[in-house]
Amino acid sequence: MSATEIKSDRKYTKDHEWAKTEGDELVVGITAFAVDQLGDVTLISLDVKVGDAVEAHKAFGTIESVKTLSDLFAPVSGVVTRLNAALEKEPELVNEDPWGKGWMVAIRPNAPADAGALLDAAAYGAHLTESAH
Amino acid sequence: MRKTSLHDDHVALGARLVPFAGWEMPVQYRGIAVEHRAVREAVGLFDVSHMGELELTGKGALAVVDSLITNDIRRAVDGQAMYTCACNERGTIEDDLIVYRRSDEDFLVVCNASNRSKMAPHFERAAAGRCTFRDISDDTALLALQGPKALATLKAAGSDFDAVGELATFRFRKATVAGVPCTVARTGYTGEDGVELFAPWARAPELFRALLAAGRSYGIEPVGLGARDTLRLEARLSLYGNDIDDTTNPLEAGLGWTVKLDGRTFLGSEALTRVKSEPLPRKLVGFEMRGRGIARHGYPLLDAGGTVVGTCTSGSPSPTLGTNIGLGYLPAALSAIGTGFLVDCRGKSIEAAVVQTPFYKRPS
Repeated sequence: MSATEIKSDRKYTKDHEWAKTEGDELVVGITAFAVDQLGDVTLISLDVKVGDAVEAHKAFGTIESVKTLSDLFAPVSGVVTRLNAALEKEPELVNEDPWGKGWMVAIRPNAPADAGALLDAAAYGAHLTESAH
Repeated sequence: MRKTSLHDDHVALGARLVPFAGWEMPVQYRGIAVEHRAVREAVGLFDVSHMGELELTGKGALAVVDSLITNDIRRAVDGQAMYTCACNERGTIEDDLIVYRRSDEDFLVVCNASNRSKMAPHFERAAAGRCTFRDISDDTALLALQGPKALATLKAAGSDFDAVGELATFRFRKATVAGVPCTVARTGYTGEDGVELFAPWARAPELFRALLAAGRSYGIEPVGLGARDTLRLEARLSLYGNDIDDTTNPLEAGLGWTVKLDGRTFLGSEALTRVKSEPLPRKLVGFEMRGRGIARHGYPLLDAGGTVVGTCTSGSPSPTLGTNIGLGYLPAALSAIGTGFLVDCRGKSIEAAVVQTPFYKRPS
C-alpha cells in the first residue's frame, strides 16, 4: 500500500475520507494517506446505526490508532444504510485494505448531487500535495 | 526546532519526525507495533539524544546532588546509577532523573528533555560556590539499545568490554563500542534488558549505524517515541508531564521507593515527611479497559455512580497484551486491585478495572 495512492473511481473530502457511489448508496472509508498518518489502527467506534441520519462534516464515529484518535466525518448528509461490522473485531482491515475491506459506513445521500460536489481524484491529489508542504 | 546528530539517519530510515520538547524526533519508522514487538522479542535501537545531561564535579558535588533529590545517592557505589525524583519544597515532582555516580566527586544527572531548561539552572544555582556545574547535553548523544538481544548486539558491534553481561542492572562503565568511546549503562525505559550508551554528539551516527548493522541478524529495528511510550507504559514507568508533574508527589505516584527520608534533609523532605505520615488521599493505579474504548491522557475517571473521581494520565492499547491499558489517579478507596470504575471516553462511559502493575514483566 502506498500512502500517496489515490483511486480514480471515487470522490474525496479534505478530511481524507473517500466516498464511492454504489447504486443509490455512498460507501465511505478513509484514504491510504489517512491510514499512513494514523499508523496501526486499533479501535473503530461507529456511533451510528442503520437508519440514523448523519450530517455532512459531522462526526459519525472515531478511529483510534496506538498513538492517536481521529473523528470520522460524514462526507454528505443522508441516512446510514449499512455498517461494516467486521471492523469491530478486525480494525486492522483498515490498515490492510483501506480502499476495500476497510470501508466504514454506507450512506444514502439526502441530495444525490451532494456526492458529485466532493473532491475528485485530481483535486484530492492536489490537496495531498499542498498538505505535504 | 533542534535536531539530534542522527537526524539524517532518521530521515534516511524513513522515520516520521514530530516536534517533541523543542526537538524534531522520530515518532516511528516502520510502525509502532513492529517496533514495539522488536524490543519485546529481539532488539530495538532508540535515539534519545534529546535528554538533558548535567555534570556536577568537585568536593561539594555529593552534598549538592543529595540536597536536590529524593533518593539517597550516598548509598550508591561508584559506577552505580539511581532513579530518583527531584521535588520542590511542596514535595511535588519537578522532574524524574537518573543520577550516575562516577565517584563521590563526580555525578552525571540525566533529566527529561522537556525539563532541561528548568533543571539546568536548578542544579547550577545549587552548585554555585560548592562544586562545578556543566550542562553537557549539547555534547552528549544518548542511544538506548533494548531487548533480549541487546547485549548480543552490543557484543557483535565490537566492544573492548566483552563482559558486558556482568554489568549489573543500573551499573555503568566506560567502554569503546564500534570504535566510539562511550559510557555503557545497564538502564532503560522499556521493561526489557538492555543498555543505554552515552557518546560524543558527533560520533553518534557511526555508533548508531554500527549497532543497526550488528543487530541485523537478530531482527533489530530502529524505534521511535511512539513505541517508547507503549513500552514504558506496559512496564509502568512514569512519563513526566503525563503521570507525574509538579502537582503530584512521589508517594501517590507509586514512587515512594525513591523517597529515602530517614534523617536526610533535601528539597521537599519536610513536605514529604508530612505526606508520609498520613494516609494517601489518591493513588496512581494501573487499569485495564473492560469495555470497548481506549483511555487517553486527560480523560475523566468516574465512579459507578458517574461522579468524576480522578483522571487518566496515560492510556494506550498494549501491543504485548492485546488489551487497552492505562494509568490514572483514583481515590485510595477505589484503588484496590479489581475495583471497577468508568472512563469517560469523550462522552461515552466505558468500564475499566484496577489491575496489578507492571502490566508486563519480562520473563526472568
